[in-house]
Amino acid sequence: MPDAFVLLALLVATLRAATPLLLAGFGELVAERSGVLNLGVEGMMLVGAAAGFIATAATGQPLLGLLVAALAGMLMALLFGLLTLTLGANQVACGLALTIFGIGLSALIGLPWQGTPIAGLASVIWPGLDAAGPVAQQLMLLDPVLWLALLLPALVGAFLYRSRAGLILRAVGESHEAAHALGYGVLRVRYAAVLFGGAMAGLGGAYLSLVYTPMWTENMVAGRGWIALALVVFSAWKPGWLALGALFFGFVTIAQFQAGAFGLEVSPHLLSMLPYLATVVVLVLISRDETRRKLNAPAALGKPFTAAG
Amino acid sequence: MPLRLEARPEPSRAMLWLSPVLAAVLAAAGGGLVFAALGYDPLVALRTLFLDPLSTLDGLTELGLKATPLLLCAIGIAVAVQAGLWNIGAEGQLTMGAIAGGGIALAFGGEGHWWILPAMLLAGAAGGAAWAAIPALLKTRFHAHEILTTLMLSYVAVQFLGWLVHGPWIDPEGFNFPQSRMFEADALLPVLVEGTRLHAGVLLALLAVPLAWALLARTVAGYRLRTIGLAPRAARYAGFSAARGTWLGLCLAGALAGLAGLCEAAGPVGQLQPLMSPGYGFAAIIVAFLGRLQPFGILLAALLMALIYLGGEQLQVSMQLPIAATGTIQGMLLFFLLASDVFIDRRLVRVARRHA
Repeated sequence: MPDAFVLLALLVATLRAATPLLLAGFGELVAERSGVLNLGVEGMMLVGAAAGFIATAATGQPLLGLLVAALAGMLMALLFGLLTLTLGANQVACGLALTIFGIGLSALIGLPWQGTPIAGLASVIWPGLDAAGPVAQQLMLLDPVLWLALLLPALVGAFLYRSRAGLILRAVGESHEAAHALGYGVLRVRYAAVLFGGAMAGLGGAYLSLVYTPMWTENMVAGRGWIALALVVFSAWKPGWLALGALFFGFVTIAQFQAGAFGLEVSPHLLSMLPYLATVVVLVLISRDETRRKLNAPAALGKPFTAAG
Repeated sequence: MPLRLEARPEPSRAMLWLSPVLAAVLAAAGGGLVFAALGYDPLVALRTLFLDPLSTLDGLTELGLKATPLLLCAIGIAVAVQAGLWNIGAEGQLTMGAIAGGGIALAFGGEGHWWILPAMLLAGAAGGAAWAAIPALLKTRFHAHEILTTLMLSYVAVQFLGWLVHGPWIDPEGFNFPQSRMFEADALLPVLVEGTRLHAGVLLALLAVPLAWALLARTVAGYRLRTIGLAPRAARYAGFSAARGTWLGLCLAGALAGLAGLCEAAGPVGQLQPLMSPGYGFAAIIVAFLGRLQPFGILLAALLMALIYLGGEQLQVSMQLPIAATGTIQGMLLFFLLASDVFIDRRLVRVARRHA
């Protein structure tokens, strides 16, 4: 039975590596479907990771840590919303600013907590984790956040395509003038979408600092926020494709750690390039057909809206 | 709501140049709040950050030293933005420039060739330009947006340097520390002020300012670049090739960033290390916008950003304040700038109360 166990372990590891990308990616997907391009995902994830870690280390409650992380991500998103939605500033520049600010802020607040040990989410929910058998241990690693991430494609898909609110959100993202003329509150919808994106990015960051590698280190998100952004472009703004893309990247991430196990003697530095190179390759493959991308992208993506026309 | 934003009849030129000043003042105030929240005396901290480095010759030369890579990277980013391109991968181009130029230093240094420094400078610029040429190719050939490709390639470049200094280029007598041999004396940029670290690279950076200005304001190529950036459709009607603009804008930005990396390697660092820059390539994005994308404005902005880096180090030494505090101030600087830039095109007006 060792082969089956190796496969199970590989599957669980892939799902765990994909979870932060699923969370952050679906948050950004919803924001972009409402017409807002937020390039600050990396910054929101970092602040979520730091804030969630601090709350957990201070209280010993990882569930509280997850909540704090989601709130911290929302606060960052609110800052972005104030600038781009209320003041109508350039979304690309403000997203970059949010990431630069998030890198600095998370490093600053996380500094005193660097190296602090915490109990990871799994061992808090499953007190018997250490004593359990190897197969049971693998299954116990599938925690509630991971299940939430796996349900997101269905949940977000149902929201976007089967609910009235989702229809309005998509309308706002396609043409804010038309949605405004129909009496929908364009800014209110966009604020809600951006805040949801912030909460999901914060959760995705906290998954890294509370579950994936239960510790805080500076800049630990390591570009996953940017990969999530690339995945949204790759998915052509469709939930199913986004989920597939996230799982594929989870697998690429795991493959670099598993390479040694299969007898491949490659430098860890060269293997670490894989996810970033894969992102470039995926972007090239998906952008090659420009018409397809233009047909699928929300038509009002990145354009500021002011009601006083 | 007693106040409302409305469009100005014409963009305010005063606000265009007032906005960076306002942003700097607000960021300093925000920094003071952060220091106070961390339990430090904000006035002492702000004086240490902004004034103390300027009071000694040593401080002034260090300011020039730190402004050099920021200036080079920011000018490149600004030229690219003027052409409508988002190059946020200057950090990676800087790294590749350091690798290309540093490789020549490691191979031929100490043999007393007259051409070693010129060759290193050329290789540095070429290395950065080549790294930026990849996103240019992917954009012109496959329509892949440069904002993600330049950034992803930055991560790849840093890992590549990590592989080199952990593996093939590691100093055999370096006790297994991940770094290369120190460059020989003939492969180091000459020091300008005896007893300090200020090197000839600062002259290159200063030379880039008028050259970039002349390119943008006085040449046909610069005019084409700006037209492509400001009005892509008008540029197409005029027959200006957007692809050529992408190649020129990105490769120039890459060359300048690569030069910055070589100047770090052959200047204050003197060898190759796993990280050649404390994020200069990203801070340069802030510098470019703070300097209004104009070379001479960028010179002033680079000095301010260098001061924040330098003062941040001083804060760490004298007050044990974490260096990360400066990163927060940098982020706030860009936020305040973007917020006050809103008032270039618009203004606040009082809304008259409506009578029934």
